[in-house]
Order: sequence, then structure tokens, then C-alpha cells
Amino acid sequence: METTSTLEKSLRFLALSLVVIFFMFPIFWIFLMSFQTNETILQIPPSIVFTPTLSNYAALITGKLTTSAGTLDIAFMRNLGNSVFLSVTSVALSLVLGVPAAYAFARHKFRGSEDIAFTLLSFRFAPPLLVLLPLTQYFQWLGLSDTYFGLIWVYQLICLPLILWIVRGYFEDISADVEYAYRIAGHSWFATFRKIALPLAGPGIAAAGLLAFIFAWNNFVFALVLASADKQPVTVGALAFVTSSGIQYGQIASAIVLSVTPTLALALYAQRYLVEGLSLGAVKG
Amino acid sequence: MLPYVLSLPALLVCIGILIPFVTAVIYSFQRYRLSQPWSRQFNWGENYYNFLFNDPGFWNTLKISLLYAGITVTLELLLGLGIALLLQKRSRVNNFISIMLLLPLMIAPALAALMWKLMTNPGFGILSYLANQVGLQNFRWASSPDTALLTVVLVDIWVYTPFIMILLLAGLRSLPTQPFEAAALDGVPRTFVFFRITLPMLTPYILTATLFRLLDSIQQFDIIYAMTQGGPGNALTVFQVEAYLNFFQSTNVGRSAALMVILWAITYLLSNIFIKNWLRLRERARGEA
Repeated sequence: METTSTLEKSLRFLALSLVVIFFMFPIFWIFLMSFQTNETILQIPPSIVFTPTLSNYAALITGKLTTSAGTLDIAFMRNLGNSVFLSVTSVALSLVLGVPAAYAFARHKFRGSEDIAFTLLSFRFAPPLLVLLPLTQYFQWLGLSDTYFGLIWVYQLICLPLILWIVRGYFEDISADVEYAYRIAGHSWFATFRKIALPLAGPGIAAAGLLAFIFAWNNFVFALVLASADKQPVTVGALAFVTSSGIQYGQIASAIVLSVTPTLALALYAQRYLVEGLSLGAVKG
Repeated sequence: MLPYVLSLPALLVCIGILIPFVTAVIYSFQRYRLSQPWSRQFNWGENYYNFLFNDPGFWNTLKISLLYAGITVTLELLLGLGIALLLQKRSRVNNFISIMLLLPLMIAPALAALMWKLMTNPGFGILSYLANQVGLQNFRWASSPDTALLTVVLVDIWVYTPFIMILLLAGLRSLPTQPFEAAALDGVPRTFVFFRITLPMLTPYILTATLFRLLDSIQQFDIIYAMTQGGPGNALTVFQVEAYLNFFQSTNVGRSAALMVILWAITYLLSNIFIKNWLRLRERARGEA
């Protein structure tokens, strides 16, 4: 490693530059496009020199799109609101249900505990449509179709396994001796969980929650199958947006920018937890 | 008693998934079209029998799914390993780049497909323009059956290579340093070090990354559906897209369910093979360390 020649250094530099361009350029380009009108977008050759405009964002936020043919209503802000609501409530519910369960799995090896944990994990890998297609019918019978309640329930399939497996790993890393000491001092099981285990696993729980939020936000197929227009999150809404008439390309771009900003911001904020979380702790070794 | 109570919600979710799962398996043994509910009946293995003997669409689906998974995972592994090696040394610049490279992974795959759709638009897309500049006249990206697969593979690589990269980077950085120091002292050639020390020690990480990606990739839906809805023609009707179209467009529930059961069987098999190998390798890695 010490004897790196100048040739090797420049090759490395070149390779890294290509990598950075390939992975960053689309984000950069769509970001630029979101500040452009159709006139500058359709220019040939494409140029990065243009007078930026906020009109695309203004149209999305006010929900009114003025075209030559008249005013068009767009429900993008509603989609954005749905994404926020669905992701936040699903993750909150998953944390309430999943963290105590993870603790139980980590501390008590009871009969069937591994089976339940592995069954849940295996859903992470099962084809979603296998479960979703029959669910559309069950939802109709149960009156759950097109309700937020039904969607949040289904979103547990994304969030709960994730939280359960990651948080369980964190609980297992806490030495049980600390908890025994606290219990022997006469505190109840629940007090031990709340005062000792929860604070110690705090960072892990936060990381799992963030990751579950990102997965819920980015999910597409669940809402595509089960949600109608007024309950759709941005991932599904943006797709419908592309095909609707009268929409300008700049507005599609700004809709994409608004839709990806929350997850990108969270990812940057919590990046050091992502590796472990994404692999369900499998690389912890 | 308490642990049972606490794990009850997890158990309920399991049951909540198992019921539709079993329902899907039952559907897969029925002739069941939503448009002809009166003709619904058990036909036992007929859906599966048809796949084997008179359903070229099924073989097309199988071929494209395997091709898609094979190409994406191979390229992402090579690329991800290459980038991880480039970024292996801890430095400010390298850490910054590795964080930046996480961003595509955090974008919803469906939205990533839309981004690339804008960039490959035949009218104004920057990539169409660039293709034109390098002499590819009328390169139509996802709207031509010849290049549709290439286009969605490109999007998949853009989104998921960072996943492999960060797993392998974490792996590389956690390797013990002694073997490398010893090799450097003895003046062992670097290719030898890479193939005989780095690669074997990295194998558990590579397997983990491959498993995760292979299982996701063979089930890819978001990117393909958002990009072309399985078209043009049946160029991109991978398992989940085909099942979705079968259910909602041709309302053939039986065939749709049978497709999903087969996909599930494939993923189940794959994950078992990998998990076994992975556990063995991990044991060995721990034993040596």
C-alpha cells in the first residue's frame, strides 16, 4: 500500500470520479430540472445554464396548475401528507408492538420463540404480492379496503420484522447481569425493562425506527395494490402524476425532489447506523 | 407467561400473513377468474401443468426474471466490491464519498425509475441526447424491446450497488490487520494477497450481500413497473409484474397465485442454501479469528 505509484494514484482518482459521477449525476440533474420550465428542459443541446424558477414547486404546493387549457387540480400535497401519516403511524405502532417483543425474544428463550422470529424474518424475503393479492379480497370482506387503518396494518409487514430483528440484536448485546442486579434490588420485571434495558438499547431502537421509516416511506407495491387515489403515498402518486395530461416535466422533477428529500435527510443524519440495520445485523460478525 | 404476552403482537402479525399466504396457495390450485366467478372450481394442478406444457408466457417470465436477477447481482457485486476496495482506506474524502453513495439506496426504487425515465425521455432526456452524441441514433432505452432490459438493469445497478458496497466496505474495514501486515513484510504480491487473503476472509460478507440482493432482485417489481409496466410487449414481465397484471388486468387469479407460489418456492430454496453456507462460513471465520 505504501508504494503507490503516481500512475496508480491517478487511475484510482479517475475510477472514483467516474463512480461519483454515475451515482450523483441523476440526483443533480433531476434537482436542476425541478427549477426549469418546459422551454429550457426541451432545449437541445441540454444546458445547465438557465434562469431558475420556483413555479414548479409553487404549482405543487398550491395544488393549482395553470395551463393554456385552464386550471388543473393536482393532489400531490395530499400524497405527501399520506406518506408522512402512513410512515409515522406505522413505525410508531411497530415500535410499540415490536420493542417489547424483541426484548422477550432476546431474554427468554421460550418454546417457539425462534420459530416466530424466523417466520417473521422470512417475510422479509417472501414475494409481497403473494400475500397482497389475497389480502385485497380479505380487505373487501372486512371493510378495510381503502382505509388508513388497513394500510397501517399492512405496513406492519414491512416495519415489524425489521424492528424486531434489529432491536433484538441490541438487547442481546446488553449484559443480563446488570438487569439481574436491578431485579434483585427488588424492582419489577417491567421497571427493569423500562429503566435499564430501554435506555441502554436506545440508540439501536432509534436506528431501527429510522430505517423502518425509510422502508415504509419508500414502499410502493403495498399502496399500489391496496390504496385508492386519496390515500396514496408519494411513491404511487408520483407515478400517476407522470401519465396525467398537462403536467410539465419540471413539475414531475420537483415532485420527485420533494418525495425523496425526507429519506435522504434521514439517511444522512443516521448514516452510521444504516449498515448494521440494512443487513439486519448480519455483518456484525 | 409475560414473554408470551409480549410476543403476542408479533405472533398475530405472523398469523395475519399466514392466512392470505394459505389462501394464495389454495387459489393456485383453482380455476379462478374474477370476470367469470361462476366457473370457479378446483382444477388441482392444472395451473402448474399449464406452465410446464402449454404456456410460453411462463417460460418467458422465468427466463426474464432469472436473467434480470443474474445480470444485476453479478454486476452489482463486481462494481460494489471494486468501489469498496477503492474506498477501503479510512480518510476524510473516502468517508464522504461512501456517505454520498448511500443516497441512491435511500431513494424509493419506484421514484428512482421515474428519475431515469425523465433522463431517458426520447424528446429531451439527457441520456438520449448523450447516446445520440456518441453515434447511437434513435437509442430508445426502455421503450424498445431490445434495450428495455438494459435500461431497468441500469436503474437497479444505480439503486442497489451502494447496498453491496457498504456491506463489503464494512467487511473490509473489520478484517484483522495481521495477515496483511505479515504478507507485506514477506513481500507477497498484491494479486496473491487479494485472492488468497482478502477474498476468502470477505466471503461471509459477499454471501450475505448476494443473498439479500438475489432475493430482492428476482422479485423486483417497483423499478420495472414504474418504468415500463412490464412492456414493451412482454419484454419485462418478470414474476411479480406478470402476477400483478394477471390479477388486475386479465383477472386470472389462479394463474397469478400459481406464479407467486413458484416465486416463493424459488426464494425459499435460495435463502435456505445461502443461510446454510453463510452459517458455516461464519462459524469458520470465527474459529480462525
